[in-house]
Amino acid sequence: MTTNATAVKHELISPTRRRILGIIFIVIASLIWILFSRTLESGVQTTFRMVPGGSDQEIPNWVFSSLPMINVLAGVSLAAGGYQLARGFKKRTNLVLGLVGGMFIFAFLTWATADGSLNLAGLIRSALVKAVPLTLGALSGVLCERSGVVNIAIEGMMLTGAFVAALVGSLTNIWIGLLAAVLSGGFLALILAILSIKYKTDQIIAGTVINIFAIGITSFLSARFLQKYQELNNPGRFPTIEIPILSDIPFIGPIFFQHNLFVYAVFIFLFVITIALYYTKWGLRTRAVGEHPKAADTLGINVFRTRYVSVILGGFMAGFGGAYFTLGSVGRFDELMTAGRGFIGLAAMIFGNWNPFGSFSAGLLFGFFDALASKMAILKVPIPSEIMLMFPYLATMIILAGVVGRGQMPAADGQPYEKE
Amino acid sequence: MSEKEKNQKPKNKDAGKIFLDEISKSPLTVTILAIVSGLILGGLLVAVTSEEVYQAFGVSFWSGVQASADAIWATYKALFYGSVGNPGKIISALKDGDPLAIRRAFNPFFDSLVVSTPYIFAGLAVALGFRVGLFNIGVEGQLFIGAATTVTAAIFLKGLPSIIHIPISLLAGFIGGGLWGFIPGWLKAATGGHEVINTIMMNYIAFRLSEFLLRGPLKNPEGFTPVSAPIEESAELFRFFDNPIRFHAGFFIALVVAYLVYLFLFKTTWGFTLRTVGANPRAAKYAGMNIMRSTVIAMFLSGGLAGLAGANEVLGVNHNLALAFSSGYGFDAIALALLGKNHPVGVVLSALLFGFLRNGAIQMQLSAGIPIDIISVLQALILAFIAAPAIIRTIYRLKEPDMDIDSVTLHGWGGN
Repeated sequence: MTTNATAVKHELISPTRRRILGIIFIVIASLIWILFSRTLESGVQTTFRMVPGGSDQEIPNWVFSSLPMINVLAGVSLAAGGYQLARGFKKRTNLVLGLVGGMFIFAFLTWATADGSLNLAGLIRSALVKAVPLTLGALSGVLCERSGVVNIAIEGMMLTGAFVAALVGSLTNIWIGLLAAVLSGGFLALILAILSIKYKTDQIIAGTVINIFAIGITSFLSARFLQKYQELNNPGRFPTIEIPILSDIPFIGPIFFQHNLFVYAVFIFLFVITIALYYTKWGLRTRAVGEHPKAADTLGINVFRTRYVSVILGGFMAGFGGAYFTLGSVGRFDELMTAGRGFIGLAAMIFGNWNPFGSFSAGLLFGFFDALASKMAILKVPIPSEIMLMFPYLATMIILAGVVGRGQMPAADGQPYEKE
Repeated sequence: MSEKEKNQKPKNKDAGKIFLDEISKSPLTVTILAIVSGLILGGLLVAVTSEEVYQAFGVSFWSGVQASADAIWATYKALFYGSVGNPGKIISALKDGDPLAIRRAFNPFFDSLVVSTPYIFAGLAVALGFRVGLFNIGVEGQLFIGAATTVTAAIFLKGLPSIIHIPISLLAGFIGGGLWGFIPGWLKAATGGHEVINTIMMNYIAFRLSEFLLRGPLKNPEGFTPVSAPIEESAELFRFFDNPIRFHAGFFIALVVAYLVYLFLFKTTWGFTLRTVGANPRAAKYAGMNIMRSTVIAMFLSGGLAGLAGANEVLGVNHNLALAFSSGYGFDAIALALLGKNHPVGVVLSALLFGFLRNGAIQMQLSAGIPIDIISVLQALILAFIAAPAIIRTIYRLKEPDMDIDSVTLHGWGGN
């Protein structure tokens, strides 16, 4: 029934929206032409290196003439815009929007690298790594909000997870540290659930309580113990696992199959959560509670229990994401080390339309801009990296404003349920 | 006589019982108990994380208890000395009559007022939003932008007398922060995009923007660090005492602004409209009130108040703009607005509490070795108890109030 409903929604793309998107495609095409094509001399070449640093694969560089490539990209975008205005891509509109956006980025890279070289493989690999905490945070949000509980405490849960992973990991071993981090996220989620489900506190205020608490307690304990006893802040890191055979695939292998546990876990969770949410009885019930708790209750679904379970699972996920910072990335805990990644994860969830794979795509996009920002200095492009780093936030606001299609958030998201 | 006493006793008991009942139902009781409970739990946290306490428990149970009490006492004593002042020092300084010593002795108290000042502005910003049913999580970003516009006006306008330069600089901060609040307000009114997400996003955009400004256009050309040039002397807020006391006119400006917010919310038609929209948007709509306009106005004013917090810090305390000079005013402001029941008087009192706590905590860190971050833990605990009064009522077996008048009404992501 739900698949039917969404299919209907996609069919009914309003004429206004169709036209706006067509115009957007054409604007992007002309931007590619004006910004990149007009400013380039003919004959310059772009060089993309295809092997990320640290890999021993040997693939020749991808060298091509910059100007023709940019013109082709502009032409294809223009054609997409024309077709959208004339006929419309119907339910493939969002896909085409993504492709046109991708072409703009590719044109930008071609332009920025004209007469130089850029490690394309390294950039994509770095984007994927930076997407890991964002995606895990977004998945936490998906689990909570699909059941109708807003979780803006992802940041606090991740920070706590990072701290607990470092402390427990140093005291015992890295696996127990990971487990403790997951449990600590679940514990904070339990508090969020009790405040917002039992006491019917406003969910955003409850989330804020947890964020403030997490910032305070981790910094407090870190200043009191970790800084004094360095051996308590040395949990080690999970090693890189090269997946046999797959990691030998040229280009793709080093990008996707030479990582530590956290990157693979993201892929596993993506499939598990998608299947659980959309193809199991549990998922149907959870989504029903998030969309229309009263109807779900009438059908005998325990709204409160469903929400508790989802929120705690979301907390586990955020705790796991927090452990990434200490056990998967840095190898130690620093105060406030999540640095707002939980909030970008929240943004990725909204950008990804409350859906696991959508969140991952958004996480990749945000991670890509993060990775790109650190390369701006090398590329000698006159855009300050700070402006580049604003992109995820601006993009989220644009999505939220419904310019390119309104997200479909769970209808009862953020509303406490009262049994009558 | 004895008979009379007998007759009166049950009567007295009744009166006492009624009195207790009234206290028990009063929302103020919950507030006070929330603060007390927060401080108790904070004390326990200090004891639980103290090594001396563990060592003492190793010796015997009683010495452990004593060590815990000592640790808690030392912590809160340092907190008091750091926020209000050391009574011994004050008395001896007054006896000696050395002006510098007197100023030093009174400095903690005045510095607490200085720390409280931005909290008043920021708390008013959040409270005004709550009154209109809007959750402004973006105070931090609005504060940054307000500080940036203020510092621009205070550096680049030259040759003005203070009487003109200071109001212009403050106004610049108000408008800067106001615009940063206006954008999510307008987005909410025009597209329904939820202000919580948009203000969070605007916070991070503001951080990036201020990084960009301080590494580029606003950077002090003579320095190497991302700090702006010092502001013109004519824009500096008046300081009442010589060094080291930083107490400045901003505190009184904050009180005046709090009074103006009170007048606006409770004594004007616009204020009534905004409050009605916040309390019951449907009724407001039927009464012909313009909800969209109220949302935009409220977010602009809320952002403007937050901008004043930034302006106050620039003009009164720092006299320049540095990266990340505000750490967490935005979140603290949410806590204190709720603690103050979103009423200007309550906000001022809560801001003073938070200011004294935060300032005292600096001394606590120095002399008792308790990390300043314990203040955030205290704030979170107090906020949790305020937000879920049922917890406090259960713990202290208080009576349910007849009607929960002060609960905040907010709306889900969908905005309905």
